[in-house]
Amino acid sequence: MSIIRRSLTSLLIALACLMSVPAMAQEDPGRELLVNLAEAPSSRVEEAINAIVDSGDERARGWLEAYGNNRLSRVKDTGQVVLVLNNRGRDWEIADPLTGENLGEMSRRKLDRVAINNAIRGKLEGIMAMLDLNAADPDVREASAADMMGKVDAALVAPLQARLEKEESAAVRDRIEAALAIYRVEQGDIEAVEVLAGSLHPRARAALNNAAASDSPQLVEAANKALASIEQKLKLNKAAETLYFGLSMGSVLVLAAIGLAITFGVMGVINMAHGELIMLGAYTTWGVQQLLPGQPGLALLLSIPAGFLVAAIAGIIIERSVIQHLKGRPLETLLATFGISLILQQLVRTVISPQNRTVVTPEWMSGSLVINDALSLTLNRLYVMAFALIVFAALMMIMRKTRLGLDVRAVTQNRAMARSMGIKATKVDILTFALGSGVAGLAGVALSQLTNVGPNLGQNYIIDSFMVVVFGGVGNLWGTLIAGLSLGTINQLLEPWAGAVLAKIIVLVFIILFIQKRPKGLFPQKGRAAEN
Amino acid sequence: MSIKKHVKVGLSALALSVSMHSAAAEDPIKIGILHSLSGTMAISETVLKDTVEMLIEQQNEKGGVLGRELEAVVVDPASDWPLFAEKARELLAQEEVDVIFGNWTSVSRKSVLPVVEELNGLLFYPVQYEGEESSENVFYTGAAPNQQAIPAVNYLMNEIGVERWVLAGTDYVYPRTTNKILETYLKDHGVADEDIMVNYTPFGHSDWQNIVSDIKSFGSAGKKTAVVSTINGDANVPFYRELGNQGISASDIPVVAFSVGEQELSGIDTGPLVGHLAAWNYFMSVDTDANWDFIDAWIDYKGDDTVVTNDPMEAHYIGFNMYIEAVKKAGTTDVDEVKDAIIGVSVPNLTGGYATMMPNHHITKPVLIGEIQDNGQFSVVWETPSTVAGDAWSDFLPGSRDMIADWRKPMFCGTFNTVTGSCGASSGEMAAESE
Repeated sequence: MSIIRRSLTSLLIALACLMSVPAMAQEDPGRELLVNLAEAPSSRVEEAINAIVDSGDERARGWLEAYGNNRLSRVKDTGQVVLVLNNRGRDWEIADPLTGENLGEMSRRKLDRVAINNAIRGKLEGIMAMLDLNAADPDVREASAADMMGKVDAALVAPLQARLEKEESAAVRDRIEAALAIYRVEQGDIEAVEVLAGSLHPRARAALNNAAASDSPQLVEAANKALASIEQKLKLNKAAETLYFGLSMGSVLVLAAIGLAITFGVMGVINMAHGELIMLGAYTTWGVQQLLPGQPGLALLLSIPAGFLVAAIAGIIIERSVIQHLKGRPLETLLATFGISLILQQLVRTVISPQNRTVVTPEWMSGSLVINDALSLTLNRLYVMAFALIVFAALMMIMRKTRLGLDVRAVTQNRAMARSMGIKATKVDILTFALGSGVAGLAGVALSQLTNVGPNLGQNYIIDSFMVVVFGGVGNLWGTLIAGLSLGTINQLLEPWAGAVLAKIIVLVFIILFIQKRPKGLFPQKGRAAEN
Repeated sequence: MSIKKHVKVGLSALALSVSMHSAAAEDPIKIGILHSLSGTMAISETVLKDTVEMLIEQQNEKGGVLGRELEAVVVDPASDWPLFAEKARELLAQEEVDVIFGNWTSVSRKSVLPVVEELNGLLFYPVQYEGEESSENVFYTGAAPNQQAIPAVNYLMNEIGVERWVLAGTDYVYPRTTNKILETYLKDHGVADEDIMVNYTPFGHSDWQNIVSDIKSFGSAGKKTAVVSTINGDANVPFYRELGNQGISASDIPVVAFSVGEQELSGIDTGPLVGHLAAWNYFMSVDTDANWDFIDAWIDYKGDDTVVTNDPMEAHYIGFNMYIEAVKKAGTTDVDEVKDAIIGVSVPNLTGGYATMMPNHHITKPVLIGEIQDNGQFSVVWETPSTVAGDAWSDFLPGSRDMIADWRKPMFCGTFNTVTGSCGASSGEMAAESE
């Protein structure tokens, strides 16, 4: 198989070489530019890049982008510069950067990467942003003008000025002016400080901070004044950001705990394998993504029902095989389900892999929603927050408005009475446990976008889940929601000054003290249900 | 009659001795492998078990050593630190292995240490660690802090011009010791207190929003800022994800990691991480024939085109070959003779140079700085001009500054104090004090 593939590869390469012969006849100026770039010692790379930009070649942007992404390589034998299309695995797919024609696969051993490092990449980003400033789309222009912040050097000032005069969009003009002002402040220009006064951009603040530490007293005074006005705005943004962090961590806690609120809270089953049900949901996401390569978004949407089903079925199996035989024996249930959790973990390790699996984040979930330069809300967490609320609302509906919800409430309040009224308690048990487990699976689907998908995923959430359910009041879904959100917020408020380790400890101590005072949690069940 | 009888007895005695001799010659050399195959550390350690098994297979194809086959004895300490000690005892006392390759975490090594010293075994430890230890029975083929952390900081300071530092780590002994060393080192080089931010997080930390946001504002003070990360294992994925989402690119605030290798990156979408750094003594992308051959052998052994190699695997490759050379040199697998023979042994590493076993049981290694690429590989952007010898006792910690280790006779001491001129406490006690 591999011999066939290899000979096919070499055939393709040979063909490609043959085809490129006529192209070589009329010497392409791009060839020399690229070879110069590939051969330049690190001190001359900038020159080579500028030569490419100055050539005005329309392929230049593509070349520079490929270079910045480590996608330019040289064939060791021939010295030809090639574009690497796919750099995974043993053989890499390459193309001719001059003609764009695909050259087939070549062993990575035969290719020599054209070197780049962060310093050059930083310069390259500035140059590319400059190229993009001429784009037709004002959004692209604004983004690239924002990229220019702090990357302006003496060579870029004149072209930026020229661009500023031509620019029509006000937003882009502001950005360019700020980028130029940063450069001027760095050069000691006091007037430019004014321009930066309201800016929340970290680069602007960095430039002002440097100015405030300079020798010129006037400059220091102006910079300090500008910084003070920024500081005020920044505080507000910081507070909003912390609140967002808290709510987002809280919604993760709610998602992880809400399934447990049903199995533990409503049914009273201490299910230590709850974390592993979450893990199964996360692995389902990975599995569906494997089945639908190249469509991570669709796969993620499909994993929502799939994750629910997989975890629910696993839940049914656990309930039928173990938990139903241990009814009313919480200690044994705890130990047995703990054993199940270990079995499930090791099963995943043995069958799939002990390594973490890569779950791809779809394009529309990565990056952040930019409110202003200091405050941006990360999209993946925003989606998870929305998802948590939807799941919560759906569960509330099921418990309040459906026949199943009514049966569940009846069986948990008074099992014997419910049975004598003709409710099949065993069936209700199975369905409730399946529902709780399925919701855990949903949590797994969401968590696969935030954390690693690996055999240990569940372990990290089991303690937190129990904490939230106990704190919120056993058997109360609202309690779980409030408890999750408030614990998340408290944690994030504490973290900046106490550190992550101490914040966790403080929260734990707080819960212990709270439970001492109110053993039934935040929202204890009232009335007859509480008597059980 | 009697003559015949004598001959008979003599012959059978001869036969017996011959058969005994051949039995001795065929007796395999037993190689113990002490890596977790289950539990939390299985993610990192399973590949190391496979690596040693592959090396054993390769060596057997070459005819073994001293005419003897090699045989792997695999046990599973299940990421359970006390179990490491029990399994080590089982390997040495019951299985009577000649050498052990194993351990990943420092705490598991500390748990095995007294057993290996008591039963006089040999242990090859392949992972970068915090130093402050040198045992007669342990060979440290991973990097000591001066072979990873210090050169990486030098690179950031001199080549990138970093003036403000975030030392972020997981809360356990390796990051704490390394950061203590780095803090002293940075202050010695004129970095002010307010330009250093130290942050610890629990194992498996997954909510990095606040910390990343803190790093962002710490980095906007006007000086070039970098993060030196000793964040371990699983926690790295959400950390890097958060960095990407909050828009911190490598050209703004580079992160240099000491625990993130090809293996860890294979679990992440590396697109947003391009340009962040790692410091190791080996990268899979190193362009040498020895390395490509090793990778090809590894791919064939695993039967999977997409498997990766990493630094601890190279450490085992070096350690294994050093052991083989030492056994050849000593002409026996006797522990004491191998211990003597191995000091000074040089074997090729995978990055185009040689690794030599130093008298302090650490080895010489080149230090490479790599930038993350979008295919989960690193591209080398800087390396030390020559190899660096591992320093068991850091020069940047008050307790260990005057300490050296030399396991050659007549000194034969892991904790020799150059000021008092005497051999100090046993290495175990010293290590306990230094923590």
